[in-house]
Amino acid sequence: MGNTDNQGPLWEVFIQTKPGAPYKHAGAVHAYDKEMAIENARDTYTRRHEGTAMWVVKSEDIVAVQPEDADAFFDPSDDKIYRHPTFYEIPDGVKHI
Amino acid sequence: MKKDLYNFAIRMGDTSWILSHRLCELCSYGPFLEEDLAMTNIGLDHIGQSEEWLKYAAELSDENIDADFLAYRRKEKEYRNVQLVEFPNEDFAYVVVRQFFMDVYNYLLYSKLTNSKDTTFAAIAQKSLKEVRYHLRHSSNWMVRLGDGTSESHERLQNAVNDLWFYTGDLFVMPESEQNLAKDGIIPDLAGLESDWNKMVMEVFNEAGMQKPEYEVLASGSFDGQHTEYMGFMLCEFQYLPNMLQDAKW
Repeated sequence: MGNTDNQGPLWEVFIQTKPGAPYKHAGAVHAYDKEMAIENARDTYTRRHEGTAMWVVKSEDIVAVQPEDADAFFDPSDDKIYRHPTFYEIPDGVKHI
Repeated sequence: MKKDLYNFAIRMGDTSWILSHRLCELCSYGPFLEEDLAMTNIGLDHIGQSEEWLKYAAELSDENIDADFLAYRRKEKEYRNVQLVEFPNEDFAYVVVRQFFMDVYNYLLYSKLTNSKDTTFAAIAQKSLKEVRYHLRHSSNWMVRLGDGTSESHERLQNAVNDLWFYTGDLFVMPESEQNLAKDGIIPDLAGLESDWNKMVMEVFNEAGMQKPEYEVLASGSFDGQHTEYMGFMLCEFQYLPNMLQDAKW
């Protein structure tokens, strides 16, 4: 196949292990179209009964936070511990919590 | 009756076995990694199906043999596979067309076999059908993708169709042994599958822009162990080790 990358675009694969469970990222495959993407994902990631449902999505369609922006996105929450429920003391009178 | 069952089990087992060998030849030679995995996975499915059929054939045989013996130790004339599956992996288009023709055939045949009066036949069919549905989906998509792709992929696919069409008449022959089984409701009338096969193939041909070849197809003697010139080379390859080291274990 030479040095040129002609394997088609990348697709991200998400698998649900059982009905109702969240879809988890399993990896990525190359494919030229949607049908090929879901087939390749099946052949690569679900041969050993890993799941009952699957999504594939073109990697380029995913909007991601760039690593250099991570500080701006995530760090401001560091000193805001009151955003966690454990910050609050529960009054003795409150039941069922 | 028992001999007829044996013959048909051998027919099915050998066809899957030879096809699996062709598919597994693609291991590490696929056009790209994911397709390499897909083709060898399908090859493994065929090994599994073949094992089921040959196991049952060994049970039906009067001799003290097992599935491995049937797969590895018989002479060329004793294999009863359809000739189409012997055709080499000339290029990826040939791989796709060969697989597509067989997938449509297997889909129709296994669908009918699930109602077989023979419970083992029905059970093997039930199990295989799930795999075959996937194979058919995979090969049909490739037919359309290549046929409706670039002018080169279109041309290569049409070349493969023109060459391999020759071997498709073989799929619908009904020799005496199979007629006996059909009469007893154990297998469907294979000749009766032809019109459905043509219909399904034409649907995909139309979508892929493929022309149906005009020539007469070959109704070969594969039921009597007639093979293409490619068969001997395959046997040499996969029988070499079992013949050299008769007690070799996996």
